[in-house]
Amino acid sequence: MDVILFYILAFFAVAGGLLMVSLKNPLSGAFSLILSLCSLAGLFAMLHAEFVFILQVLVYAGAIMVLVIFTIMLLNLKEEVLHEAPVGWMRAIFTATLCAAAAFGAIQIFGHVEPQGIQVAPEFGNMETIGRSMLSDFVYPFEVISLILLVAIVGVVLLAKKVI
Amino acid sequence: MAPIGIHHYLYLSAILFFIGAFGVLFRRNLLVILMSIELMLNAVNLSFVAFARHNGTTDGHVAAFFVMALAAAEAGIGLAILVMVFRNRTSVQADDLTLMRD
Amino acid sequence: MPGLVDLLIILGKAVFIFGFALTLLPLLIWFERKGSAFIQDRAGPNRAGIFGIRLAGFIHNISDVVKLLMKEMMIPPQVNRTYFMIAPILGFTFILTAFAVIPWADHYVIGGREITMQVADMNCGILYILAITSLNVFGIILAGWSSNNKFALMGGLRSTAQMISYEIPLGLALVGIFMVFQSAQLNDIVRGQGELLFGVLPRWGVFVQPLGAILFIVAAFAETNRNPFDLPEGESEIVAGYHVEYSGMRFALFYMGEYAAIILSSAMITTLFFGGWQIPYFPTDKIIAGAATWLKVMLGVGAIGALAFAGVMLAWSKRIQGRFGDLRENEGMILGVLHIVIGGAMAFFFVKSLGLATLPEWGARTVALVAQISAFVAKTLFWCWVFIWVRWSLPRFRYDQLMRLGWKNMIPLAFANIAVTAIVLVLLGGK
Repeated sequence: MDVILFYILAFFAVAGGLLMVSLKNPLSGAFSLILSLCSLAGLFAMLHAEFVFILQVLVYAGAIMVLVIFTIMLLNLKEEVLHEAPVGWMRAIFTATLCAAAAFGAIQIFGHVEPQGIQVAPEFGNMETIGRSMLSDFVYPFEVISLILLVAIVGVVLLAKKVI
Repeated sequence: MAPIGIHHYLYLSAILFFIGAFGVLFRRNLLVILMSIELMLNAVNLSFVAFARHNGTTDGHVAAFFVMALAAAEAGIGLAILVMVFRNRTSVQADDLTLMRD
Repeated sequence: MPGLVDLLIILGKAVFIFGFALTLLPLLIWFERKGSAFIQDRAGPNRAGIFGIRLAGFIHNISDVVKLLMKEMMIPPQVNRTYFMIAPILGFTFILTAFAVIPWADHYVIGGREITMQVADMNCGILYILAITSLNVFGIILAGWSSNNKFALMGGLRSTAQMISYEIPLGLALVGIFMVFQSAQLNDIVRGQGELLFGVLPRWGVFVQPLGAILFIVAAFAETNRNPFDLPEGESEIVAGYHVEYSGMRFALFYMGEYAAIILSSAMITTLFFGGWQIPYFPTDKIIAGAATWLKVMLGVGAIGALAFAGVMLAWSKRIQGRFGDLRENEGMILGVLHIVIGGAMAFFFVKSLGLATLPEWGARTVALVAQISAFVAKTLFWCWVFIWVRWSLPRFRYDQLMRLGWKNMIPLAFANIAVTAIVLVLLGGK
């Protein structure tokens, strides 16, 4: 049951990625990426990471991709006038599998990971656990990232203004 | 079928990462390049969360959280730059951005 | 791994939610039509009927559904077909998915097995609803874009911008609730609303977080694109915004999606701020302790209500005898007889239950379950009525006023709410 779910989600994730790099219309690519992101969210849920699952759907699929799609629509970007040769999905998956196998082979030679993880408590991916660790161990990156987001917001508004 | 261990997730993460890298290297449309970068970041997130589950700590989840926040900031700025490029050159093909060449 | 019985239970709950939402939709549409007619001092739909039986306009819903089903689902030639066909599905599916974490009653213990009355009791339940509603914008964006029509595109983009702008105050207003109830699990929040505040008021969310409640309700109105925030829909009233090119069942999906969003928002407002399934002053264990009394009271009140309604129906039927000359006259008789039967059955069981002093364990819990579900449904229906009431009472915002309200007024208020709540909690010596 777990196995079937994993393979279905993994299939959709990889299929979404492949469609994104091979479709000509950027809007279709954006929607394939959304499919891939939602499948990844499902994989996070399978890994008992509830908070990250929700964040993935809320932030990535729900906000970042909406921003990308907004841009595509406002700039009215249609299918690319083809300067480039179309990249097929077969080329993409072949190259990707080859590189992944190479990377993985290198890791297997130089490192070793046990296949099964340890048992985790039911409160593993809890909002509370992550919140506590973020405000105790990781408080400095937490504050810095809020500054980064502030700078990003100000920068985006300034960059996109027509008249400063 | 073997029960799902961490190797499955790592392999999937590697494949997604290299699909994203393929998109960045071989596509000319700036938007697709940006989205491929997002896919690479997501692959890394998957790897973080898989290892967090494997080791039983939530540090990986916190790292994934930070990666997501940074990806949001980067996507916003990247799109703003793209909009400006589009306004000036009316094209989002990387081939057309040749002002600094030669 | 869940066993077969667990899977069946989850499936049953999902079917129940699906059925509830879809059954409530025609009721809500009827509310809207008759309610708006009542507010505007007119009669509302009272013509459609089956053999003359009109049921005060309820049959009109059936004729509406038939009309929408049989209208030609025309696909205009200039649209992008794939997106055009996917958009209504996306618009409707995600809202139904969000119902999965709404708690209908307290945990139900039967046969040693504790069943949660939600499809999924997630740890971060509220955030799940926020995440799913943020996926809702895709249906609207796709609809606007694929229609290849300037009005539709403008309507779609405006609606999307409005929805993503008001997600922020929606989320921020919830932070106060997290702080007060110390949990993001919806069932824990509802249970926390069972205690008493100052010994008199029930500890409902609206009493501990009044500003948060107002912000959440306003943001929920904006999220569902309802008046006074329905500029994307009723924009320039001639064209209907992002679903202008849709007809037939596809339009019906958008329409149903909007009403399902109203039900979802009402359910959320009830759960978070108005006690959810809690009956005020009667937490679950008190109901279970006094279950026999509750059963008698419910049956007695039900019997009296049904018989009174039957009496009114029969009197009305006698009054309109001979006025119309068709089957309409029999409507009162039919309804009256039906309710006499129902009232009689309830009275019979009431008399039989008068002898019961205590109920068996499962009986007591079932009584509590029924009472709590009824309370939840009643409160949700009240809030649906408020949605309809506000729609027909207030004018709509202009788009820049809308955006200014969301970004410049509600977000600072939400931040102030968080700060004040935090200060008060620390002063009260909370954790």
